[in-house]
Amino acid sequence: MKHTRQLSRRDFLKTGGVFVVGVSLFGCGKENVPGLVKPASGVPWSPDVFVSFEADGTARIISHRSEMGQGIRTGLPAVLADEMEADWSRVRVEQSVGDAKYGNQNTDGSWSVRGFMQRMLEAGATVRLMLEQSAAQQWGVDVSECAAEFHTVVHKPSGRVLDYKDLVAGASELPVPGLEQLEFKSPERYRYIGKELPIVDMHDMTHGSADYGADIRLPGMKFAAIARPPVVFGKVKTYDAQKTMALAGVERVIEMPAPEPPAVFKALGGIAVIAENSWAALRGRDLLSIEWDDGANADYDSAEFGKALRETVRQPGKPQRDEGNIDEALKTANRTLEAEYYAPHLAHAPMEPPAAAASVTADFCEIWAPSQDPQSLIPMAEAITGLKPEQIRINVTLLGGAFGRKSKCDFVEEAVILSKQLAAPVMVQWSREDDIRHDYYHTVSAQHLAASIDEQGKVTGWRHRVAYPSIMSTFDAAVKEAVPFETGLAALNLPYSIPNIRLETGVAESKVRIGWLRSVCNIFQSFAVNSFTDEIAKARGMDPLENLLELLGPDRTLDFTELGLEATENYPFDTGRLRSVTELVAQKAGWGRSLPQGHGIGIAAQYSFHSYVAAVVEVAVDGDGAWRVPRVDIAIDCGQYVNPDRVRAQQEGAVVFGLSLARDSQITAANGRIEQGNFNNYQVLRIGLTPDTRVHLVESSAPPAGVGEPGVPPIAPAVTNAIFAATGKRFRDLPLGRTLDLTPV
Amino acid sequence: MIKLNVNGEAREFEGDGDMPLLWYLRDLLTLTGTKFGCGKGLCGACTVHLDGQAVRSCSVSMNRLEGANITTIEGLAAQGEHPLQIAWAAHMVPQCGYCQSGQIMQAASLLEGNPDPDDLQIDDAMSGVICRCGTYQRIRAAIKSAAGGGA
Ligand code: FES
Ligand code: FES
Repeated sequence: MKHTRQLSRRDFLKTGGVFVVGVSLFGCGKENVPGLVKPASGVPWSPDVFVSFEADGTARIISHRSEMGQGIRTGLPAVLADEMEADWSRVRVEQSVGDAKYGNQNTDGSWSVRGFMQRMLEAGATVRLMLEQSAAQQWGVDVSECAAEFHTVVHKPSGRVLDYKDLVAGASELPVPGLEQLEFKSPERYRYIGKELPIVDMHDMTHGSADYGADIRLPGMKFAAIARPPVVFGKVKTYDAQKTMALAGVERVIEMPAPEPPAVFKALGGIAVIAENSWAALRGRDLLSIEWDDGANADYDSAEFGKALRETVRQPGKPQRDEGNIDEALKTANRTLEAEYYAPHLAHAPMEPPAAAASVTADFCEIWAPSQDPQSLIPMAEAITGLKPEQIRINVTLLGGAFGRKSKCDFVEEAVILSKQLAAPVMVQWSREDDIRHDYYHTVSAQHLAASIDEQGKVTGWRHRVAYPSIMSTFDAAVKEAVPFETGLAALNLPYSIPNIRLETGVAESKVRIGWLRSVCNIFQSFAVNSFTDEIAKARGMDPLENLLELLGPDRTLDFTELGLEATENYPFDTGRLRSVTELVAQKAGWGRSLPQGHGIGIAAQYSFHSYVAAVVEVAVDGDGAWRVPRVDIAIDCGQYVNPDRVRAQQEGAVVFGLSLARDSQITAANGRIEQGNFNNYQVLRIGLTPDTRVHLVESSAPPAGVGEPGVPPIAPAVTNAIFAATGKRFRDLPLGRTLDLTPV
Repeated sequence: MIKLNVNGEAREFEGDGDMPLLWYLRDLLTLTGTKFGCGKGLCGACTVHLDGQAVRSCSVSMNRLEGANITTIEGLAAQGEHPLQIAWAAHMVPQCGYCQSGQIMQAASLLEGNPDPDDLQIDDAMSGVICRCGTYQRIRAAIKSAAGGGA
């Protein structure tokens, strides 16, 4: 779970960081650590779980985080390579298996660089020092006279040079130095950190040789497609597989075990068709005739549910934050303002639908999966196969997009169940319809906001009510209200300098599996907060930018730990940084410039995943309400960054992601069944509507923060704020659709 | 039996004639560079060339392919790097990479028929190929640079 994945630097030292591993390897003679090469005769040499050397001096660096488009397979290894003065052309990046020895591998929460940059620097500095010591030993000089430089060590007084390949054998005999002995490169000497570096998968991704989950091919492998209950926790009543079995290539039909609530990450049950190839499996699946017992969720109608959520937020809820006296402020205000916002369920729809392969034998289980959380597959496989962790191997393929979907291992569990039963390797391939209809949906939400303004035009009060099914309901059906780690994404942590603030949560039961999607509750909470901010500007007769900056108030750091939000060491919420990116993006976008007829610009700012992002969106609306976004400026302060090109790429992608959900994407349900199924009715942005996107990256020496998610939240509200500027009409429900109804209200 | 040519190699197919080319490539020939994204001609991830034209391989059945010449992403650069592959690297287009085979195959077909497309023509030709990661801006730039002398 997102809120349990915090791991501080201290934890690394406790739980198996470089030094603990180093000691166990060289000190205690524990030579059978899986995946570690015994340091016999010097080469290959593994001074750290993250790095080993070949005899020719090639450094093999482990990427333990999952690659899903963010460039982490390049980023973190480059940090290690830089600190150990490696020549990047002599580095080979290898994807790790799922194994706790690497520390946390749960790749979500925009956390990889924040969580592991320091760890990579320590590993790199350790290796560099040991290579310098090895050179000093060979030359019989003091190590202080030796300096590592680009895959060599130089003896400074004499100018002698030894290549890393000639130092590895000697280094492998040395004790691993302690943290206190390490010296770190000064940032101005960085070769790769902070520089543009092409991703290591570039060639494979442009030549069709990159392997994703669905691309694994094993000898004797069967292909499976599964008809899953159309309603969550529905069950198979009866089924007839006669037509399926008559199809050439179909080998077997297997009923899957039906899960009981809570959903967690359990496979959904249903009927599996096992075939020689994907086509026979998918076609055979369509020929099944199944009668379902829909169960308790068959009454789910998202339109009705949405109405009920709106009713809920019109009533007082349970306060999660309560400062000053909001009731009094609203009662005594010169003016008050109210507005209601709605956002639908969303599906992740990564370009690669879920797919995974498993091979289970009597004494071994091997899995190949595009998993964001490979270690979570081990207990899952243990439970199904009865094997021990050391008999289970989790191979992580590339992820063809994930956005949170592939943190959940339901699809991998299906492959393990089937492989065990068939005693053969199995590939489970989800169709797009499977993906859209059996997702862990981003939640539907309603929000109600109220503000009070005094005679001087000052904002004196802010009340925010939210109602939406909690992600926690997926793990515990008793949870019926948003919890702080959800409201803490753009609602509970409202940074405005307003004396009376209250956040209230309303009850909302969940009828589908709820999960986290790129930037999570920031999507709708930032939408409501930034929209309402713009509505306040209008009410005050202020320029939206000026109003936003005034509400942010004086630069200060905020602490929400008393409200149940986690304190993260070295990451205070600094409103000055949010102000700076807001000012920067406004300046870069030419805020206030004159625009063509029908155009408007809007602004929004959001702190999330410890990064500060602000966006200015320009819209063009024609007389019939057709609209498009010609240009987006987005500024991000993510602290220290590793690969500026990937930071930019993530913001460009976030703009497209944000526009998709602002404009087109929505999941609806009737009779407990999801009504969308493919890209014809679950729309995502295509190239023609992609704006000219300009990313403005802030240089910062603050600790590294999130990059993949923070670009998403400000987009939708900046769009509706721009539409308001262009048309004078406020849109409070997402998605907006392709044509706006411009009839005055 | 259906006789066809895939990436310059003669092949024979004797299965279900309704099988889409996509699955023949991926499962029978293990040419997994061609991707499955929707199965309905809606996303373009499965784009290959059929007799030089971009088609959605998920929507072409094997029984229509007697004598056909198929080129997949694996066969695109048979005579060295395709200019688009060079441009893709120069603009650092891919994020997750999953859609990129389809993007490149579609773009190659565009440039074949129109060596110097403008923005509108690019958007038009590429609109059938979804990139959920949102690499579109760089796709436009890469196509233009491949067209303008990268070739
Ligand atoms: S898989 Fe063929 S167009 Fe989507
Ligand atoms: S790069 Fe991920 S879908 Fe295009």
